Amino acid sequence: MEDPMAAIRETFFQECEEQLAELESGLIAMENGTAEAETVNAVFRAVHSMKGGAGIFSLDALVRFAHVFETALDKVRSGELVASPHVVGVFLRAADVLADVVRAARDGGQVDEARTSAMVVEFAQIEDGGGVAKAAEPGAPAPGETLADTPAQIGGWEILFTPRPELYAKANETAIILRELKRLGPISVELDASRLPELHELDPEGAYLTWRIWLEAACAEEEIRHVFEFVEDDCVLSLTPRGGEVLAPAGFAPGTVITGDNGFKFEFFPPVAEDEAEPSPEPEPEPEPEPEPVAARAVAQIVPPRPREEPVHEAPKSPAVEAMAAKAEAGAAVSATIRVDLDRVDRMIDLVGELVINEAMLSQRVLEAGINRASGVAMALEELEHLTREIQDSVMAIRAQPVRSVFQRMPRLVREVAAQTGKQVKLLMEGEGTEVDKTVIERIADPLTHMIRNAIDHGLEPTEARLAAGKSVEGTVKLTALHRSGRIVLEVADDGGGINRARVKQKAIENGVISPDAQLSDDEIDNLIFLPGFSTAAKVSDISGRGVGMDVVRQSVAALGGRISISSKPGVGSVFTLSLPLTLAVLDGMVVSAKGHTLIIPLGAIVETLKPRGQDVFPLDRDMNVLALRGGYVPMVDVALALGYSEAPIEPEQSVALLVEGEGGVRAVLLVDAIHGQRQVVIKSLEANYRAVPGIAAATVMGDGRVALILDVDAVVKTARSEARGAELTLDAN
Amino acid sequence: MTTTVLTVDDSRAMRDMLRHSLLAAGFRVIQAEDGLHGLEVLETETPDVIVTDINMPRMDGFGFIEAVRADEARRATPVLVLTTEVDAEKKNRARAAGATGWIVKPFDPVKLVEAIRRVAA
Repeated sequence: MEDPMAAIRETFFQECEEQLAELESGLIAMENGTAEAETVNAVFRAVHSMKGGAGIFSLDALVRFAHVFETALDKVRSGELVASPHVVGVFLRAADVLADVVRAARDGGQVDEARTSAMVVEFAQIEDGGGVAKAAEPGAPAPGETLADTPAQIGGWEILFTPRPELYAKANETAIILRELKRLGPISVELDASRLPELHELDPEGAYLTWRIWLEAACAEEEIRHVFEFVEDDCVLSLTPRGGEVLAPAGFAPGTVITGDNGFKFEFFPPVAEDEAEPSPEPEPEPEPEPEPVAARAVAQIVPPRPREEPVHEAPKSPAVEAMAAKAEAGAAVSATIRVDLDRVDRMIDLVGELVINEAMLSQRVLEAGINRASGVAMALEELEHLTREIQDSVMAIRAQPVRSVFQRMPRLVREVAAQTGKQVKLLMEGEGTEVDKTVIERIADPLTHMIRNAIDHGLEPTEARLAAGKSVEGTVKLTALHRSGRIVLEVADDGGGINRARVKQKAIENGVISPDAQLSDDEIDNLIFLPGFSTAAKVSDISGRGVGMDVVRQSVAALGGRISISSKPGVGSVFTLSLPLTLAVLDGMVVSAKGHTLIIPLGAIVETLKPRGQDVFPLDRDMNVLALRGGYVPMVDVALALGYSEAPIEPEQSVALLVEGEGGVRAVLLVDAIHGQRQVVIKSLEANYRAVPGIAAATVMGDGRVALILDVDAVVKTARSEARGAELTLDAN
Repeated sequence: MTTTVLTVDDSRAMRDMLRHSLLAAGFRVIQAEDGLHGLEVLETETPDVIVTDINMPRMDGFGFIEAVRADEARRATPVLVLTTEVDAEKKNRARAAGATGWIVKPFDPVKLVEAIRRVAA
C-alpha cells in the first residue's frame, strides 16, 4: 500500500507550486499597480499556507524562511509597511528564493543559506530593522499556560470557577470541563447559584453560576490550567493548592453536577439540549424557538445540565451572513471546477479518436454499399458525424489550458537575465488566458525561455546605447499569446535596436551560408539567424549562449508542427513570432497517395496545389528538378522516391504537386500521384508504437481501417534541399 | 456514537493530513475547503466538532466562526481553530468570533485528537 504520508507530502509540494505561482502573479500585480485589495491577502495566504504545510513535514528551512517572508507580508497587509516598488521588488526576489527553498525541500537538495540569509537581511531593512529578530524564530508556541512547580506537599486543589457569558457563546461547556477535571482525580463539586436572579430579571444569555471544585489529585497547576486552556479568558478562575486531605466544606451537595445522565428540560423549549438548565425559576420563553433538533442532538447526548445562560448572540447577524454569501456568490465560479486525473482525460481522448475513426469507417462502408445520400441511414450518419466532431472538440477543450502556467515562469527569468546582463527590463504579458492543449503547453516553455533570453541579451541594447538612442534606460520585452487561424501564436517583442542586417549578412557570407552576391530581402536576412551555428553576438554570452542557438529553437518548434520567424525594424526592435498547432492530438491533413501508399500532409504546411506543366520543370542536377513558379524556382521533391516507395521518379506531368512551406518559410513542391481530400485525423505516435521513421512525423488510422503515415514536411523538404545545397538559395531568392 | 469532525482548510495537504489523523483516531471526518464551503456543508451535516483554519480564500475562519455562531442550531458546536497564526490579536479575534479553542500549527496529531476529545462531549 502506498504510504499515506508520502502521498500527502506529494500533494503538499504540488500545492506549493500552485501557491508559488499565485504568489508571483500577485506580487507582479502589486508591482504593476493592478493589485486589488484581495491580492495582498492572497499573496500572504500563499506564503502562510506553505509555512503551515511545511510544519507538518518538519521542513524547518522552509518554515523559517516562509515565516520571515510572511511576517513582512503581514506588515503590508496591516498597512504597517507600504508596498513601494522597492519593497515589492524585495518580495519578488524573496519569492524566487522561496521557490528554491521549496524545491530543495522537495528534492532533498541544499538550501543556499547565503541567499536566504541575504533575503532575511533585506526584509530587516525594509521593515526598518524592526520585527526581524522576532521574525527569526518561527511558530512560537501557543497561548497562556502559566507554569508552576508542583509543591511536593500538595494533596489537592480547590478550584473556583465562574464562567462569563462569553464562555458559553463559544460553545464551551462547563460540564465538559468538569468531566476533564475528573480525569485528573476524584472531584467534588458545589454549585453556587446565589447570584441567580428572579425569573423576570434573568438574562437568558447571562452567566450567574460559580462552581467550587475540590480535586483530590496532587497534580501540577499546569495540568489543571490545561483543562481550562480554551476558557481561561472567559471565566474567573482561581486555583488554590490544599495540603493533605481535601475536605469539602459544609453544605457540599455531592453530585450536583457532572455525571451527564441527569438534567431536565424546560417544557417550552423542547428538544434542545443546550437549553437544559440548572434548577432555577422558570426563565422567559426563548425569543427564537426555532432550533434544529438534529443539530442539538450531538450535544444533548453528553451534556449534563447546564445553566440557562446560553447567549443568543445577536440574532440579527444573519444579514451579515447573507451578505457574505452574496459576496461569495461571485467567487463561487472559482470553485465550479473539478480535478480529474489526466490519465482519464487522455483515455477519453483516445476513445474519441477511435470513435472518429470508426465513424469514418462506417461512412465509407455506407458509401460503398451504394446507399442513397437522401436515405435515412445516410442522413443519420451525417448527424453522427457532426456529433462525433463536436464530442471531439469538447474533449479536446477539457485538456486545453491557459498558457498562464508557462507565462508565470517568465518574470523570474526576466529578473535573472536582467541581473546577469545588468540591463533594466520590464516584462509585459498579454493573453495569458489563451488556451492551448496541455501537450503543447508542456513544450512551449523551452522555446519561449530561449526567445526571452535572446530578446534581453541580444535584442535590448546596453544601457549606454539606449541612452544614446534617446530611449528610456528600461527596456521592454512584451510576451503575447493569441489564437490565429486555428493556431496559437506567441510573440516576443523587444524595443531594442533590431537586427543588425549588415552584420548578419556579412556573417552569413563568412560562414558560407549564402553566396556573397545573394540578393536577400530584409526579412530573409533577419531569418538567417535561425540557420545552424549562427550567432552574431560578438562573444557567446552565458545567457543566450549555452551552446544553444536559435536554430535549435527552430528545430524543437518544428518538431511540434510549429513555425518561428522574426521581423525587425532597425532602432525600434524585433518581434519573434512562434506559431504552433493548438493540439498535438489531432491534425487537419490532406489525404494523398504515392505509389499506392496513403499519406497525410499537414494542411498547415500546404500553400497551394497545382498541376505541373512540363515546360516549367527544369533539371537542376541528376536528382533534383526545380519548378518555375511565378518567376521563381522551387525545388521539387518526389515523395514516393524520398520515402523509398519507388525507384523511378514520377513524371511531373503525371503528378499532382503541392507547394509546401516548411520552417522558416522554406518552400518546396511535393509530387504525389493523387489528392483524395481533406480530413481531420487522430495522431498516433509512430515512435511509441513502432519506431521513428525519417520523413514521417506520425501515423493515423483511416476510415477503411488502414494505417496512413503523416508526412514530416520539414524533414522531407530539408533532406531534398540539402542534397541540392549551394545552388538552391540563389535559386530560391525569388 | 462516532464523533463527527468537520475540518475547514484550504490546503489540500492539510486536509489530507487532517483526514488521515482523524480517521486513524476513529472519528468520522467531513471536509470543507474554505469558510463558505464549510457553511454549505453545515446545511446538510451536523458535526460534533468543527476544526477550522483562519487564512482561507472566499471566507476566512473568523467569518466562518461568526456565521456558525449566528446559526441558532450551531451555537453549541465546539469550533477549534487550527492555525499557524501565533498573534495574540488574531487569537482574540477568533475568540471574539466565538471559537471554542485554539491550536497552533504545526499540529501534533495526538494533541489535535486530544483537543477534539476535550471539547466534544
